[in-house]
Amino acid sequence: MFEAYQITEKRFLNPTVVLMKIYAPRVAAKAEPGQFIILRTDEDGERIPLTVADFDRTGGTVTIIAQVVGSTTEKLAHLNEGDCLHDFVGPLGRATETDGLKKVAVVGGGVGCAIAYPVAKKLHELGCEVHAICGFRNQDLVILEDEFKAASSRYILMSDDGTAGEKGLVTDALKKLIESGEKYDRVITIGPLIMMKFVCRLTKEYGIPTVASMNPIMIDGTGMCGGCRLTVGGQTKFACVDGPEFDGHLIDFDEAMARGAMYRPFERKAHEDTCNLLKEVK
Amino acid sequence: MPVQEPDVRNKNFSEVALGYTEEQAIDEAKRCLGCKNKPCSGGCPVQIDIPAFIAKVAEGDFEAAYKVITQSSSLPAVCGRVCPQETQCESRCVRGKKGEPVAIGRLERFVADWHNAQPAAEVEKPEPNGHKAAIIGSGPSGLACAGDLAKKGYDVTVFEALHVAGGVLSYGIPEFRLPKTIVQKEIDGLKALGVKVETNTVVGKTVSIDELMKDEGFESVFIGSGAGLPRFMNIPGENLNGVYSANEFLTRINLMKAYRDGSSTPVKAGTSAVIVGGGNVAMDAARCAKRLGADVTIVYRRTQNELPARKEEVEHAMEEGIAFKFLTNPTEITATEDGWVKGVICQQMELSEPDASGRAKPVPIEGAFFEIAADCVIMSIGTSPNPLIKSTTEGLDTQKWGGIIADEDGLTSREGVYAGGDAVTGAATVILAMGAGKKAAAAMDAYMQNK
Repeated sequence: MFEAYQITEKRFLNPTVVLMKIYAPRVAAKAEPGQFIILRTDEDGERIPLTVADFDRTGGTVTIIAQVVGSTTEKLAHLNEGDCLHDFVGPLGRATETDGLKKVAVVGGGVGCAIAYPVAKKLHELGCEVHAICGFRNQDLVILEDEFKAASSRYILMSDDGTAGEKGLVTDALKKLIESGEKYDRVITIGPLIMMKFVCRLTKEYGIPTVASMNPIMIDGTGMCGGCRLTVGGQTKFACVDGPEFDGHLIDFDEAMARGAMYRPFERKAHEDTCNLLKEVK
Repeated sequence: MPVQEPDVRNKNFSEVALGYTEEQAIDEAKRCLGCKNKPCSGGCPVQIDIPAFIAKVAEGDFEAAYKVITQSSSLPAVCGRVCPQETQCESRCVRGKKGEPVAIGRLERFVADWHNAQPAAEVEKPEPNGHKAAIIGSGPSGLACAGDLAKKGYDVTVFEALHVAGGVLSYGIPEFRLPKTIVQKEIDGLKALGVKVETNTVVGKTVSIDELMKDEGFESVFIGSGAGLPRFMNIPGENLNGVYSANEFLTRINLMKAYRDGSSTPVKAGTSAVIVGGGNVAMDAARCAKRLGADVTIVYRRTQNELPARKEEVEHAMEEGIAFKFLTNPTEITATEDGWVKGVICQQMELSEPDASGRAKPVPIEGAFFEIAADCVIMSIGTSPNPLIKSTTEGLDTQKWGGIIADEDGLTSREGVYAGGDAVTGAATVILAMGAGKKAAAAMDAYMQNK
């Protein structure tokens, strides 16, 4: 029997991306693709949101995938199987809408592919035709290739430098597919804001409904702080309760990017203080 | 009551009020006239027998005084600090007709602190009565409800969405006004009575009320989920970097301890902060920002006379060097080139006839605009109940504005489901929420016993 929030499995998908299964039966019983959780690694830790990457209702575990980008994800990556997270709450936000979709392009970028995967998997299981486009900076960062292949009828791997799959951006691949006559009911995109912005710009030209999954700064995840607010179609929305997925053609991505950078100097310093490697360099 | 000097305390987060000594408390208690008709108790939302407890203080029997208070109140150490006594008990004090009323709140605080400082007595766990009750939310109403039910032998579980129990007492009210050790002590006291607290559980997401009742055997449920949804003004620039809801700003500071060196959660009060609003939460946000080193201005659209905050909080804020701009209403937040707050454009207001709420209505003076330079803006214009529980509980009726509809006893439109506190009334006070929790506990007891 596991303890609350115990890490039952841990492996690195690439040198900076870690996968963990967390024992949290109440969360596992309810989680759906598109939803997220909030965790704290230790008693004084910050609350960070991470999207649900998978779940096992019978085993009572929730899978999370995190890229080591800051001090908290660094601490997270240092925990091992058997260790417990201090807090783990969810599932939060709304689940991805999958009703009635017949043919979907799922476009993931970097660690965003970890979030895109359960969406692709669910659509595939529902009998929807899934085309997956996954983009990474280079070969070393590729994750979930086999999983995506199993959950899609077409899998296109892209890399910035051409060391994995085709050289180019996910938008190049998507454009090619659309131009070749593929007709999608919907495009679902998850990844860096700048990537999602350009995916949405492209699909708007072709009039394809597009959903983008947002991952802004937040604290409680239940609508209490409003820190995760963003502008969608001229209206303020809270990503935690109204999202995290929104109509990509209506999102103000530039505002979202500015808000995402709000604490960057603080985060950089916190990361430097946590990372021993960087400490030694100083 | 001794307090930290304004110029010292506005740079630290330690409690402002230092509390009475035993001698000071006895002296103050002796001022009580012991009126037979107890006008003060009539002003108390939970009808504490105020002259009786004060008489015990005057005798120096502080434990007996504590027992009198706890017959009616679950959270004396909290209410002695945060109740708006000047509009409740103390406003009715006969002494106050000529001079200062008896400092009832300060005496309550003294008695509770005195009790808490004594070695804890063995807690007698009540005999279990075999019934299970669930409490949603661990704020004042939930804690009061849980305590009363536990004392009657119910198997009580409190579900809390955040990682720490206490609700607004933990995330909202700052350390310098309500030390978190006091809140923790109240929660530990409940746990000693056998109350279980499940943090990190968002009812409506992690588990629903229907599941709690159908699958987990809870016979009755109390909803004390508060009013946690922040309001914004919907003016241009509100999503700029540097604009916070008071909820976010205070949560970063109180719950996440962002004021401490080396905290893993950041907060930016900037060099000059503008706080919009005039309630207790606005005062709390302003005084926190001041303590983080900002020059602080509170803007409020009415005048000082209409400020809804406790008098003491306003006085403390003014003493600490916080500027007030009355009859001032923000219309736009201006931006720097890189998307941060640069200033707040405000319109000058004037008061006209009293509005529906009985307060004089502020009306804009045409063309009278001015800008206040600021790099941080904190919106503190109120909160509303979180829609999460309503949207996931079938048959639970709510008001148009989101408040859960409940009768005198707290009974909602769902059998066995009770509600109280801000979730029902909209944002109000700790003591009213506590009173609602106690009322509902009595009704839930009757319901479960007669089932």
